[in-house]
Amino acid sequence: MVSTAGWLLTAVIGAFALTRGDYALPLADVLRTLAGHGTLITYDVVVNNRLPRVLVGIGVGTAFAVSGAIFQRLARNPLVSPDLIGINAGAALAAVLMITVLGSGWIPLGALTGSLLAAMAVYLLAYRNGVSGHRLVLVGIGVTAIIGSLTAYLLTLADIYTAKAASMWLAGSLAGRSWTHVVLVGITVAVGLPAALASTRQLRLLELGDDLARALGGRVELARAALIAIGVGLAALATAAAGPVGFVALVAPQLARRLVPRRPGLLVPAAIGALLVVASDLLARTVVAPASLPVGVVTAFLGAPYLLFLLTRTNRI
Amino acid sequence: MRRAAGLAVCVGVLVLVVLLSLCVGNRWVGAGDVYRALLDFSGSDTDRVVRYLRVPRTVAGLLVGAALGLSGGLMQGVTRNPLADPGILGVNAGAAVAVVGAIGLLGVHSLTGYVWFAMGGALVATVVVYLIGGAAPVKLALAGAAISALLGSITSAATLLDLSTLNEYRFWVVGSLSLATGPIVAQAVPFVAIGTVLAVVLGRSLNQLALGDELAQALGTRMHLVRVLAGFAVVILAGTATAIAGPIGFIGLAVPHVARRIVGPDYRHLLPWSMVLAPIVLLLADILGRIVVRPAELQVGIVTAVIGAPLFIALVRRRRMAGL
Repeated sequence: MVSTAGWLLTAVIGAFALTRGDYALPLADVLRTLAGHGTLITYDVVVNNRLPRVLVGIGVGTAFAVSGAIFQRLARNPLVSPDLIGINAGAALAAVLMITVLGSGWIPLGALTGSLLAAMAVYLLAYRNGVSGHRLVLVGIGVTAIIGSLTAYLLTLADIYTAKAASMWLAGSLAGRSWTHVVLVGITVAVGLPAALASTRQLRLLELGDDLARALGGRVELARAALIAIGVGLAALATAAAGPVGFVALVAPQLARRLVPRRPGLLVPAAIGALLVVASDLLARTVVAPASLPVGVVTAFLGAPYLLFLLTRTNRI
Repeated sequence: MRRAAGLAVCVGVLVLVVLLSLCVGNRWVGAGDVYRALLDFSGSDTDRVVRYLRVPRTVAGLLVGAALGLSGGLMQGVTRNPLADPGILGVNAGAAVAVVGAIGLLGVHSLTGYVWFAMGGALVATVVVYLIGGAAPVKLALAGAAISALLGSITSAATLLDLSTLNEYRFWVVGSLSLATGPIVAQAVPFVAIGTVLAVVLGRSLNQLALGDELAQALGTRMHLVRVLAGFAVVILAGTATAIAGPIGFIGLAVPHVARRIVGPDYRHLLPWSMVLAPIVLLLADILGRIVVRPAELQVGIVTAVIGAPLFIALVRRRRMAGL
């Protein structure tokens, strides 16, 4: 129910987002353009500009939310999100290096490499006769601290315009996303989401704790490695496409837990994540027009108050 | 007894580190010269460097380190969450947003000016987190994370829309001891003292809190009072630290873990150990930062993470952490 409502709302807001911008278009024109009967200008605005942006937003939101849900349940700690496993930090350092050294065209590839390297380092450093959830998170915090401080240092060395470009990317942005990004994110979600859904049973088993999971016949280490790989893959590719869009991975699973009376699967957080990012991006490019904010700045504006409201209203934790 | 002896050794190490911090810098100053600069001030260049630059900086390192170590230990005790650090209560985010506001809206451009804004921001953010989060540890942690994210967004929106604010903010946010002056440090002393006294008083209650809500209540702990007092101590300690040196994140989280590994989970020992170990780490990092890229400097926040985090990881790997 909640999941369906979430997707419907996402679609409505997405459609509305196609009509808004510097060049306002009525919905009828948008639909006509999508059907192939628009002018060159409307085609460029809708198909080359706004549609990829909305689609990347949906994909990125889904990917971050599912990844966050996996990590929170693996570590049995609501404060855990993929950024604690080093993904954001690795991507950020790589991106800042790309911006200052190679030029911004290399950001997606660099960010992907950086986040995967960081995640791998965290996993290997945490491995010792297997990986416990707590050790993974604590090692992740250590690695994140190292990489994060290097990034901050690079930013103090750079000139102010480079620092601004980097800060913009570090906040997570959907500006100027093209169909290349849509394909990247589309493949990520098309592979990652089914894989995550297929491992829901293993995830539930691992949530019971290692000993119980082993007693119930789970291959604990293998299942955990697979789930971590899925979570890292989703978050890393989403970060490569849109930058580290903050807070989605943390808040979407928490909102899902509070909105769905029984144990929510992974589809509810996915819907909430997509909705949050698409709605945030719409706000990000309309409220301060003609300037625009990175979407990652707005996700917390929308998501945090709602989580706080739910926290004050319910006693469920 | 062995714990007390160990703590005494640590204090000895701290004294050595303090002395080293007075000697090392762009130019080496011998121990004899330091002694003369402190007690027999003649106004020479060396005397002035020691007295007006290195002494405030070293005292700042002592205060900031002790405050961060203590507040980190307190936070982990109150929330019963090993991932909790003062940042989780919104202290850093509140301070950052207030500093950005002070730079961007009010045109405050000096560290002396930032101090009070940072304190105020930290205080307001923490009070809001407590009002929403209330008693339950998980709720408190989540409320803190949400408020931090919200304030963080405001900070990044403000810095992205205004280039000159970003330019000042990016240097503050790294975390550095080099800007501390005598008057700022003197202002900070009473705050750290109050926080320390509170922490000493709260040790026993935190032990009871660690047993779980029901058991703690049965033992007669006034849980609400303990949580509020501990929260207050965290704000003034971490708020002061952030005000002097900017948001230095890693120490408050890592040092209590190290202390727990050495003396076990008893907060009556864990808190004093955290309080002594943290300034050792911070001052060593600061000293190193002055040497490695001479004549320039590496900010202490960076060195702490780059040196401290590998040690922390090695420690985490060595065995199951107690008290998780």
